Amino acid sequence: MVKLKIDNYEVEVPAGTSILEAARTVQIDIPTLCKHPDVDPSAGCGICIVKVNGRILRSCCTPVAEGMEIITSDPEIVNVRRTVLELILSNHPNECLTCIRSGHCELQDLSNTFGISQSRLPSLNKKFEKDESTKAIVLDPSKCIVCGRCVEVCQNQQNVWALSYLNRGLATRVTAAGGIPLAESPCIKCGQCSAHCPTGAIVEYDETQKVWAMLNDPELVTVVQIAPAVRVAIGEEFGYDFGENLTGKTYAALRRLGFKKIFDTNFGADLTIIEEASEFVKRFTTAPEQLPLITSCCPAWVDLMEKYHQDMIPHFSTCKSPQAMVGAMAKTYYAEKMGIDPAKIRVISIMPCTAKKWEIVRSEDMKSSGYQDVDVSLTTRELARMIKQSGINFRELAEEEADSPLGEYTGAGTIFGTTGGVMTAALRTAYFYVTGEELENIEFKDIEGLEGIKESEIDIKGNKVRIAVAHGTGNVETVLQKLRDAKANGEELPYHFIEVMACRGGCVAGGGQPRVMMPGQPKPRGITDDIRRKRAQGLLNEDLQAKERRSHHNQSIKTLYAEYLGTPGEGKAHKLLHTHYVARPKYQR
Amino acid sequence: MTEVSLASQVAAKWRKKRGSLIMALHEIQDVKGYVPWEDAYQIAEEMGIPLARIYEVLTFYNFFKLDAPGKAVISVCTGTACYLKGNDKVLEEFKKELNIGEGESTPDRMFHLQCVRCVGCCGLAPVCVVNGKTYGRVTPNDVRNILDEWRSKLDEDKE
Repeated sequence: MVKLKIDNYEVEVPAGTSILEAARTVQIDIPTLCKHPDVDPSAGCGICIVKVNGRILRSCCTPVAEGMEIITSDPEIVNVRRTVLELILSNHPNECLTCIRSGHCELQDLSNTFGISQSRLPSLNKKFEKDESTKAIVLDPSKCIVCGRCVEVCQNQQNVWALSYLNRGLATRVTAAGGIPLAESPCIKCGQCSAHCPTGAIVEYDETQKVWAMLNDPELVTVVQIAPAVRVAIGEEFGYDFGENLTGKTYAALRRLGFKKIFDTNFGADLTIIEEASEFVKRFTTAPEQLPLITSCCPAWVDLMEKYHQDMIPHFSTCKSPQAMVGAMAKTYYAEKMGIDPAKIRVISIMPCTAKKWEIVRSEDMKSSGYQDVDVSLTTRELARMIKQSGINFRELAEEEADSPLGEYTGAGTIFGTTGGVMTAALRTAYFYVTGEELENIEFKDIEGLEGIKESEIDIKGNKVRIAVAHGTGNVETVLQKLRDAKANGEELPYHFIEVMACRGGCVAGGGQPRVMMPGQPKPRGITDDIRRKRAQGLLNEDLQAKERRSHHNQSIKTLYAEYLGTPGEGKAHKLLHTHYVARPKYQR
Repeated sequence: MTEVSLASQVAAKWRKKRGSLIMALHEIQDVKGYVPWEDAYQIAEEMGIPLARIYEVLTFYNFFKLDAPGKAVISVCTGTACYLKGNDKVLEEFKKELNIGEGESTPDRMFHLQCVRCVGCCGLAPVCVVNGKTYGRVTPNDVRNILDEWRSKLDEDKE
């Protein structure tokens, strides 16, 4: 432990702690733009300067030392910070009024905090063309302050290497390799860059206008589904605390927006479990050479696998994601049951995710109903925007229910939104399928939480099932390498079943989730582990309190198989609920 | 095809040495005059370095060229002596005649125009150098002659 003084307060912290972190222990938030808890300090922005024994140093990358006397704020420091901000602003457009990030922007917030009311410096800001090529995320280099958070996250946390720096000095820009459009790069559209961006430089591809047009077309039957992780994050846009589960209010808001039917992606999650658990049991009992089974409901992970881990294609679950399954069911089963022409149905999905926008058009399999199964995928942020536009007083809404039959779900469906949840849900049902008995203890504490790679072993009546859960695509490599090594050496498989979610923490921390700045939230803002935990807890609590916690107990799903699908993995179920994967080049050039 | 590409040879040579990316890229540019996308891609695959990182390096250093330079490289000296003697006007004339900017090549890859700071013969100012041949006391009126001279030379080489 190291003892030092920060603004005359005695502080004792472990050696190696940065001054920035040490100051937080005495309730001092030193402002910074480039240092985010998820990334290593880069000393990029220069805002976090403090005085250490009289010398001005950057607190993010200066470790504490015994006996240091630190001043975090005095007129001189404030002056320097203000100048640094002015320099940053001289290369930033004054477009707050028309910026999607306005009100939630860290740069705007700091600029207000430091009372910058006019620009003394001439603007050097260059207009660049926005990169909208992915149709999932939008990169506007003119608004980029080159803090490097996105690059760090894309390269190291996600290990995708789509984003990089181009050129140097004032000409530095964040782009894909050599300045090519993102769609031609290895970008997996996970949107973690946008979740970590402090400004409006990386945002979601906004499709709310398209949805408004559909809602206002009387010829159409526009229905909606919401993903598990949306319900525990949307509240942040309306002043609720992190992780508050607002399923009922969200349904009510959607109905008021004009959606004809409110469905739930959790229903699709339960359906996915029926298919995936069946697939696992089949491979486990009759085709062990096809093990391990790797989950495939995360589109960013699917994209990554098709580009980087093509040898794993045979291990991928062929099940479509819950989003895709609800889309397919809405335009076939539901349309038939209700006597609606599927050509008139529009399925909108509300997702915590930017990659879901890519998923709905990723292959011909996404048109299994004969039409595009899901028409538009909106992020949580876009839904919040629509609710605000329409003037709905979200906080005062009475809770409502979803519509039958694609709205019913169990606790197993709702935990899909958090790391470990898909595996937990699948094991509950797989156990039943193998043994014909219900699993007693249906929580798997080993695979909850934010450890990057979690492993466990489940006993299914004498059969040991080894599982791994990885989240944050940077952690996947380790798991897959273990697998490859075992295969190469002819050893026993290290795992039978692997769950992967592209974003750290799972969908609750997806690239489409709110980036609201809450008063109590420590700076820098944006997604942090604390928020990830709170949102996950919101889902886990719903599961704990759910009447049914096993997907195979979902009554609507039982009816669906009896009335329409038949046997899991076969016939209609296979045609409508499964997909296939192809090797794709990393670069489209 | 059994022929091993330049990029593959270079990658094989440097693969095992850490921190040798710049050396590898140098070798590509030494032979080709620039680093083509395909070569950078191959280096990435075979040296196990993300292409994004390679382009970070390529665009950080002015030395590396991403496009094929013209066959005749025109170096206009803008050192103090040459500049004072009016080489800025010569440079403008080259830009006008070739319809390209500084550091650019003509679309037919015939000419590349660049500025250099002093070529060591200030007595001849203002000076231009084309592929090693030095032209002294150049005036804007000479520009067209110099270009014609190199056009016919390059045409001959082609035949």
